[in-house]
Amino acid sequence: MISKYVIIGGGVASTGCIEGIRKVDPSGGITLITAEPYLTYCRPLISYLLEGKTTLEKMLYRPESFYEKNGVRVMLATKSERIDPERKTVMLSDGTSIGYEKLLCATGSVPFVPPFEGLDTVKSKFSFLTLDDALELERAITPESRVFIVGAGLIGLKCAEGIHGRVGSITVCDLAPQVLASILDSDSANIVEETLQSHGINLILGDTVAKFEENVAILQSGASVEFDVLVLAVGVRPNVALVRDAGGKIGRGIIVDDTMLTSLPDVYAAGDCTESFDITSSSSRVLAILPNAYMQGECAGINMAEGYSSYANAVPMNSVGFFGLHIATAGTYTGELHEIRTLGCLKKLYVNEGRLVGFIIIGDTTRAGIYTSLIRNKTPLDEIDFELIKNYPSLMAFSGNSRLKMLGGVV
Amino acid sequence: MKRVYVNEKWCLGCRLCEYNCAFANSGEKDMVKALKGKKIYPRIRVDEHDGITFAVSCRHCEDPICVKSCIAGALSKEGDGMVKLDRTKCVGCLTCVLVCPYGAVVQDERGAALKCELCLTNTAGYPACVKGCPNAAIVYEERD
Repeated sequence: MISKYVIIGGGVASTGCIEGIRKVDPSGGITLITAEPYLTYCRPLISYLLEGKTTLEKMLYRPESFYEKNGVRVMLATKSERIDPERKTVMLSDGTSIGYEKLLCATGSVPFVPPFEGLDTVKSKFSFLTLDDALELERAITPESRVFIVGAGLIGLKCAEGIHGRVGSITVCDLAPQVLASILDSDSANIVEETLQSHGINLILGDTVAKFEENVAILQSGASVEFDVLVLAVGVRPNVALVRDAGGKIGRGIIVDDTMLTSLPDVYAAGDCTESFDITSSSSRVLAILPNAYMQGECAGINMAEGYSSYANAVPMNSVGFFGLHIATAGTYTGELHEIRTLGCLKKLYVNEGRLVGFIIIGDTTRAGIYTSLIRNKTPLDEIDFELIKNYPSLMAFSGNSRLKMLGGVV
Repeated sequence: MKRVYVNEKWCLGCRLCEYNCAFANSGEKDMVKALKGKKIYPRIRVDEHDGITFAVSCRHCEDPICVKSCIAGALSKEGDGMVKLDRTKCVGCLTCVLVCPYGAVVQDERGAALKCELCLTNTAGYPACVKGCPNAAIVYEERD
């Protein structure tokens, strides 16, 4: 079988790709191959599902009709085993293969599980990345369960919030001396830690597991934690195997150019499996965030259909809440720090070479997008009234003429 | 498509647009009942500084970054060009607030996202901010 466009991986990058292709090519055949048994759903919502804030139906990223409407043949629960870039085929787990003209590899991330001693003795253990992970965890917990989560990053803490109120106790540990070490500094992390603790979540920081003995974790400090259910949320790694095995260039993730083309001809990649050029740190990083996946996927799709699109302004950013406390972060935390503390809100703005390069806001994140946009556009701060909007972001900071363009025209 | 445009030179800063917006989206028939003594959550907001005033609401961007960034698939832009929010899908992560360059996505009483839908999804049928603006500083029209 041959399909003009083949997409491996059913995450959000695949939807971006389909929508990108259809902007240019209204009818070329698209085949979507996904190892999961579900149509594209919103992965970051799995904790909200456990919390009862969404449902399986509402979690679908696009309506079910989307695929038929866009002429997409969907192969669910189908694993892609190998890409042959010479013959331009993808070998599938059922032994068949499918030919492509243009291929997108959007295989996402896989959980990173350190080789903890005795991990095989733990009976009830889970990752927290996919819908199936969440559903399996849900089946394992009871109102008495003592849950131990290894990893106080976004995944581990969202998991804790998701099961909060449905289990007996939750303990989270992390080798870092703070929570959310990838997006917060220790100062801002403190506020989040207090909120988590005030909701009864036990935090063990600066310490991690040395070994497991069935339902006991012995920590490096010598302390021990007894648990009934273990969640491993140490981190994720880009799932690069297919492109690597086909001879494609890999760095921290799959290496792509501004058009999302890999080093293999007609093979594109998008989403968490790739590395992006972060304009705020001028370095290649894996930006495993949903907006990045969509935008890379869309860019790839347009180029696969022989339109032209370039995605070269990736900015790391996260917006997330825990028990009603909001966190908005973007960019990189270097340069001159402008710190504003108001009642219930901590804001840190980082200015480097006359431009805003990053921020951390804990509390009121109203209009944070005005800051994010200054970062993305590399707006010279001497062109705006930056002083005026340190406290409260507003288009007031811009000149009347700039504002006229923004509010008086089509943007 | 027709969009809401503001002309700050004519804006009086009276905030009637905010009240009319909140009323139009309240589902109530009586303005007093809808607004009196209540905190309002208008989808258009007036800014004021140093004698300058202007209102901001969703620009219904041609290439909306909020739609691409929404982690819940709750924001969409269909053929009519309007950027629409499915509030039943929104989980209140506020990624849209983090990316909107205009600060035009606000929060509702639950802390979830809220945005202008040009009064086409409520019973007003025509932007209430425009209809109620005493100085025609807000208009609803087609522009290039």
